[in-house]
Amino acid sequence: MRQLIVRRLLQTLPMLFFVSVVCFTMIKLAPGDPVLSFVTPNMHADDIERIRHNLGLDKPAYIQYFIWIKEMAQGNFGYSLVNHQPVLGQILERLPATAGLMGSAIALAVLLSIPLGLIAGANRNRWADKLINFISYVGISIPLFWLAILLMYLFAIKLHLLPSMGMRTIGVESAADVLKHGILPCSVLAFGFLAGYVRYIRSSTIGQLKEEYVQIQYAFGSKKSTILFRHVLKHVLLPVITLLGMSMGDLVAGAIVTETVFSWPGIGSLGMTAVKGMDYPLIMGITLFSSLMLIFGNLVADILYSFVDPRIQLKG
Amino acid sequence: MNRSKWKNVKDELFANGLGVAALLTLIVFTLGAVFAFLSGYDPNAMEAMARLKPPGAGHWFGTDDYGRDYLARALYGGRISLLVGFASMIVATGIGATIGVISGYFGGWLDNLLMRMLDVIMSIPSFLILLLLSVYLKPSVGNLIIIIALLMWMNVARVVRAETMTIKEREYVLYAKASGQSASGIIWRHILPGLVPVIIVGATNNIASAIMMESSLSFLGFGVQPPNATWGSMLNSAQGYIAQAPYLALFPGLLILLTVLSFNVLGDILRVGFEPKLMRR
Repeated sequence: MRQLIVRRLLQTLPMLFFVSVVCFTMIKLAPGDPVLSFVTPNMHADDIERIRHNLGLDKPAYIQYFIWIKEMAQGNFGYSLVNHQPVLGQILERLPATAGLMGSAIALAVLLSIPLGLIAGANRNRWADKLINFISYVGISIPLFWLAILLMYLFAIKLHLLPSMGMRTIGVESAADVLKHGILPCSVLAFGFLAGYVRYIRSSTIGQLKEEYVQIQYAFGSKKSTILFRHVLKHVLLPVITLLGMSMGDLVAGAIVTETVFSWPGIGSLGMTAVKGMDYPLIMGITLFSSLMLIFGNLVADILYSFVDPRIQLKG
Repeated sequence: MNRSKWKNVKDELFANGLGVAALLTLIVFTLGAVFAFLSGYDPNAMEAMARLKPPGAGHWFGTDDYGRDYLARALYGGRISLLVGFASMIVATGIGATIGVISGYFGGWLDNLLMRMLDVIMSIPSFLILLLLSVYLKPSVGNLIIIIALLMWMNVARVVRAETMTIKEREYVLYAKASGQSASGIIWRHILPGLVPVIIVGATNNIASAIMMESSLSFLGFGVQPPNATWGSMLNSAQGYIAQAPYLALFPGLLILLTVLSFNVLGDILRVGFEPKLMRR
């Protein structure tokens, strides 16, 4: 087991290297000379050179890369070009909003997809399956931002049931208020990957129902629903863990769009502001941060999966 | 690739109404995009007196906030959306199939290297890269196509590699090898024909995701620039008028949904048709 974890950890190294090189290159390619933001009108050319030297910008690119990595490792992600705040601080400040949104969306998607997938798989090709199948087709085909606009129109503008923007009502500090603001973004985000989960669980349910233990349970006279929710469920749940790891990428994309539409103050909308304002250090910080999340999310999912199902030997 | 597989696909297509509906939808949308000029309106012509007119005679989809005919804009927008989807699919499938075949056929260190590379590229959230690249490159239709293609080829490469690895063990390929044919000849004459089904299925799914990516990007304001519209950017501007003119948000979104849905449905039908062993839905 330890060997497996070590090997899996080693595999992430080239990924981390690649991600960091991409980010570094992009910062280097960014238009504009970073020295210029320190220059004042009455500066001598020597002063400018000294600033360049102090910033390490006169060194070769690979040395600059290592310095950059070292700074990153110490938690210095650089400073925003717009408000000159530390990048990492800004990301961490927005993290709870995004983590809350993603976490609740995942929970909602898993909770809904398990019964839907089981029912669809157990009633293969009957109307319940066809209905669920159609819904999941729509689910993978619907643009999330459109769904967001539609729900916003219906629940916020027409019915006045839910707030359409932000995370809090100004002046109100209560968890209930945040929850109320979160219902729409969370549902939209959850719907985005619900469909994939349902299809996956459906097909593994179909596979499980052919297994011997199901036949034995039938022979013992168990009811279909008992077999489904007591026995099949257990086997179907395991692969969901890897599914979670795989959907991290969609989750990031979905969060960017959802947060933008609903002005949810998370990392996604921070990223959009950064991109619109050409705030390169912030853009890179967010890219790096979410790539790290993705890589470690997958890592944790894989390791977790091999813990719960020791038959799985991760292949190199 | 033999005739019976195509017959399977045809049977599968007509066996469920969804497939026929999807095909018809795509034909209608493509014709609409090609013959967009028949709408009789210039998609960028503004008319101050006719702002935000609801759908009705004259303007079937109503008019937008600049008084432009919304149907014309939707048709011309569809032209760009479909073009981007189709072109990125071609590029992505080309790259993916080439890398997949090479990786699967030659195996060994080359395969290892290519597949590790692929893992690494897939480890970065692709949508974020899409956003980043669109910041650095000027958002033009050509750039959009290339960017989207570069983020989509990996799935095709994976399935093509797997399929190549099974095909290259077939006896006729082994025989061709033993008879001294060159690697490129074997790939071209014996392996590629067998790959057609997986490539077609992958390509169909790729169009769907390319259209989705393009519209998300345009919705966020990084796609094709105004005054030209795509379905995504139309939704972006519609957001501001959601209370007065909800139909502005309704039409483009519906068009995206129906297009992507149709490609997804067709992709599944092709997959099941080509692989009758697969469980029928």
